[in-house]
Amino acid sequence: MSERLDAPTDGAGSTLARTGEVPPERLEVAAVTHSPRRADIDPRAARRAERQVSIMFGLSAVLVVAFIAAYVAIDISSTVFIPGLGDVGAMNLALGLTFGGAIFLIGAGAVHWAKKLMPDVEIVAERHELGSDEATTDAALAAYKRGRDESGFAQRRIVRRSLLGALAFFPLPLVVLLRDLWTQAPGAPAPYVQLANTIWEPGERIVTDITYQPVKAEDIPVGGLVNVVPERLKEVEEAEGNLNARAKSAAILVRMTPEQIRSQQNPDWDYQGILAFSKICTHVGCPISLYEQRTHHLLCPCHQSTFDLADSGNVIFGPAARRMPQLAIDVDAEGYLIARGDFAEPVGPSFWERG
Amino acid sequence: MNSLTARRRHPAVAFVLLVLALGLTGTVYALVSSASAATAAAPAAGDQTQIDQGRQLYLEGCSSCHGLQAQGTGNGPTLIGIGAAAVDFQVRTGRMPLAQQGAQAPAKIPTYSAEEINQLAAYIASLAPGPAIPTAEQLDFADADVALGGELFRANCSQCHQAAGQGGALTRGKYAPTLMGAEPIDIYEAMITGPQSMPVFNDKTLPPKDKQAIISYIDHLQTAPQPGGNALGSFGPVTEGLFLWTAGLAALIIAAVWIGVKAK
Amino acid sequence: MSTVERAGGGLATYVDDRVSSNKFLKKNLSKVFPDHWSFMLGEIALYSFIVILLSGVYLTLWFKPSMVEVIYNGPYVPLKGVKMSEAYASTLDISFDVRGGLLIRQIHHWAALFFVAAVSVHLFRIFFTGAFRKPRETNWLIGVALLTLALLAGFSGYSLPDDLLSGTGLKIASGIVLSIPIIGTWASFLLFGGEFPGTDFISRLYGIHILLIPGLILALVTVHLMMVWYQKHTQFPGPGRKNSNVVGFPLFPIYTAKAGGFFFLVFGVITVISGLFTINPVWTFGPYTPDQVSAGTQPDWYIGWLDGALRLMPPIEFTFWGNTLSLNVLTPALIIPGIIFTVLGAYPFIEQWITGDKREHHLLDRPRNAPTRTGLGVMAITFYGLLWIGGGNDLIALAFGLSINSLIWFLRIAVIVLPPIAFWITKRICLSLQRRDREKLLHGYETGRILRLPNGEFIEAHEPINEHERAELLSKMDVDPLPIPPAADENGVANPHGALGRTRARLSHWFYADTVPAVTAAELAAAHDHLHHEVEAEAHDLEHYRSLEALGGVMHDPDGPKQNTPH
Repeated sequence: MSERLDAPTDGAGSTLARTGEVPPERLEVAAVTHSPRRADIDPRAARRAERQVSIMFGLSAVLVVAFIAAYVAIDISSTVFIPGLGDVGAMNLALGLTFGGAIFLIGAGAVHWAKKLMPDVEIVAERHELGSDEATTDAALAAYKRGRDESGFAQRRIVRRSLLGALAFFPLPLVVLLRDLWTQAPGAPAPYVQLANTIWEPGERIVTDITYQPVKAEDIPVGGLVNVVPERLKEVEEAEGNLNARAKSAAILVRMTPEQIRSQQNPDWDYQGILAFSKICTHVGCPISLYEQRTHHLLCPCHQSTFDLADSGNVIFGPAARRMPQLAIDVDAEGYLIARGDFAEPVGPSFWERG
Repeated sequence: MNSLTARRRHPAVAFVLLVLALGLTGTVYALVSSASAATAAAPAAGDQTQIDQGRQLYLEGCSSCHGLQAQGTGNGPTLIGIGAAAVDFQVRTGRMPLAQQGAQAPAKIPTYSAEEINQLAAYIASLAPGPAIPTAEQLDFADADVALGGELFRANCSQCHQAAGQGGALTRGKYAPTLMGAEPIDIYEAMITGPQSMPVFNDKTLPPKDKQAIISYIDHLQTAPQPGGNALGSFGPVTEGLFLWTAGLAALIIAAVWIGVKAK
Repeated sequence: MSTVERAGGGLATYVDDRVSSNKFLKKNLSKVFPDHWSFMLGEIALYSFIVILLSGVYLTLWFKPSMVEVIYNGPYVPLKGVKMSEAYASTLDISFDVRGGLLIRQIHHWAALFFVAAVSVHLFRIFFTGAFRKPRETNWLIGVALLTLALLAGFSGYSLPDDLLSGTGLKIASGIVLSIPIIGTWASFLLFGGEFPGTDFISRLYGIHILLIPGLILALVTVHLMMVWYQKHTQFPGPGRKNSNVVGFPLFPIYTAKAGGFFFLVFGVITVISGLFTINPVWTFGPYTPDQVSAGTQPDWYIGWLDGALRLMPPIEFTFWGNTLSLNVLTPALIIPGIIFTVLGAYPFIEQWITGDKREHHLLDRPRNAPTRTGLGVMAITFYGLLWIGGGNDLIALAFGLSINSLIWFLRIAVIVLPPIAFWITKRICLSLQRRDREKLLHGYETGRILRLPNGEFIEAHEPINEHERAELLSKMDVDPLPIPPAADENGVANPHGALGRTRARLSHWFYADTVPAVTAAELAAAHDHLHHEVEAEAHDLEHYRSLEALGGVMHDPDGPKQNTPH
């Protein structure tokens, strides 16, 4: 009865090396060695070490007092110039150095004490066998068998199976209870439908980000870049209380001379050389407006996908696999730039149902 | 008198002197540069001698790349319509004339004097209208809203110049330079002229008030103390990680080795 | 006996009467731990984790995990009047309003960076010394689980302050979730409570960051340590050290002082660094909004390799039957890390299967004595390192004036080409070191003393190595690779496990290939005699030579000993 103590079954070559002890002749090595330290033989060295340790502990306590003094005395907004560090917050510096120093000195003192004054003779302890001996294994097995027979776990198959079934089912409520992490209202469009649409509408004025000023076509110079959002964004955000609409509708306006535009996603989506593109990268969704006005390249600072805005926003480098969606634009009666509708394709990262 | 002599040796003295010296240099420079800005704005109206001198300088130093009529060649873009501000920015920061062809013209010690730059600017401005050198009034950011500047900076600038203004990489070896040494006039001119890869942010889409706010925020980035200690170059997690793996972890491993080594 | 000791004794008796604690104390106060600096790397991880727990508790007192929009009106002027989430605003308050709050925040963040770094170097130590071998395979698995949890703990913490960096990180995470086939969009909406960013995520993440993950880490660390305790620590070979014993210092007092002291050293170093150096200045990055970004947007160092993988991946995306499969996102973000962590966790079992080694190992391997394993480790680190460099490629390009496009192309190729080269070089270095070890063991070390013998011959004097080194070098063992099983038995019946067995044997041969044979007892004895003889002869020579010199100098002595030849 020793299933656990199986011999190697592969019949491998040097069985000794695989299962046994190290070959005995290898162990002809010297016993543990020890040479005395200065503090072991010279009482003055020992006293010196003792003094050093107690100074460290003492200094630690002094630094704690300094910490409290700094906490009370230093104004949180005051700064101090330290060569090598620059102008830095005085409080953070003082608290960090005093507290850190106090802690460090306790550690340094303890280690110094252990190294210099505590015995440094190595001790040899034998390892205990990890696997149990046969008698123990047999006893354990016997105890298991007794329990198995007494409970009838093996014979009463229906009880056993129904128990296993019950155990398999009982965690289900824990999963079901997560259901209401789903906060979509009943009847709300499926996720991929929501992801595919932004708040841009036909006739929606294009306004500057942050300042929400409408933009006239003639205001944008060739080589210019304007970070823009839909005019309604401000009110939508106030109504919804989140940044979801912004995350999809953010866009950029750039202007080229018409002959610089080699292609567009639709030939008439520009307005006199002004092009509008989504600002959300088609790779994993970083907002990008690193626009190089000479090359008309748009670079993502997160993963370096590069798009050519003079050529339909196609990918020319990096991990993004899809072009940057273009927004068709026009001007309204007052000469302000407007969107002619939503983006023709979903903005941002790819998703399964995108098609 | 005695106390003054004694205090002269105080360690803070060097710091105070340094601050005074820096402040003085800054003030003088600000006066000089705004004075030059003010004078430079005027000649666009047509100081003919200045224009002629500028043309002479242009033909000697710039025409080989930009063409005899500033129409541009294969080696350099046209300068017609770029305005005085662009000339002032490029030449005053040393970016032009170019030392060698490369991905990007780096800033370096300027080749031309302030007066020569004004002459060049006047000549280029005379070819076609373009952005003028900003006036001292335009550059005055004393009343600007630094928090609005921060928002505008993060919306329009930080994608290239990095949130702390340390600069960033662009495609194929080009880069957005650090803003740490940039003067208000440099920032203003760069925005209205769009040097090299940088797009143009003219006064229509980004009004002077907003530009002043941005300048005031950049000034804050340049001068504000670091409340949490040395910012390791303000490059973010990469330098923090580098510091951790070199200095930080090394300190702890030295401690571990100290613990492990037998005492003498 | 002092009053304190009497009181302590009373308490010990009180406890002992209830849980027989004296038995435990008797056994464990003198428990022996071996001493080596590399055994403390895991301790750095443990102690920085304790520092994280302590500082984290302070942060919870002031942090508000809410995405409700507020207008900031605190002391930090450049954000006054700016709209931001409560989470971000409370992080600013911790930094600028709460005295010492910034220090605690920086301690928490620095300690988190230390924690993952220490876990990593601890893992390297375990791997390269073969400490994961039987009976410690389970503890290796627990370690890999702890590393995974450490990454999750770090990333979830990085995401909480809702600054521009952390929000961009979450946006990337949501982009990765969206790329999962079939369920991606639904999973993303479930996690974020609808579209990104929504208003739920930070409060959901908060509970995971401060309770679930640290709870799991704490539980696993406990088991991890209990197993180390029960199985006793491994040790490096050395004088008196055998597979069956453990040589070192007792828990009390030496390790109480050393390990206890080390906790304070780690805590102290982290605190001093937090006083001197800024980490994650959220006020510079600004509040998160999904239409802003900063150049140089990077995760903390331990996520850098994943970000690098995302950056280096070529744009591969398939569209079929109205569905999109974004392998450009899935591969680097989920498939590669999945493979890496699976292989990492399974490594002890893979190696055991290849070598057929079922022995218990308590003496550590010197990395050179397991050249294939060491090579594999360096190969993996090279791969990881290149991805890591990829994660910071924009800053590297900026700092060194390189083209980011060229750098990415270099890394795309290097990440495939360099790891095998690293494997080969490492293995060769290991084998050379083995050869040197063998030389040293047999012939002693080269003293650099050149002697000219009376017969005109030059030799370099060798001297025996010291006992410590001798014991170390003697620890190398030869293991024969598994034999190739026959395709059929003597009756011509095909071996049902033949193909698998042959693969295994081939892998086994590969694993042990080229290894320099260990010194045998016979060789050692012969060499010992020889070396002994040489030392004596050399002494004799010198003496003889000096005596001749004293007599007036003789350059050539025809009767001089001739048996000394260099090796």
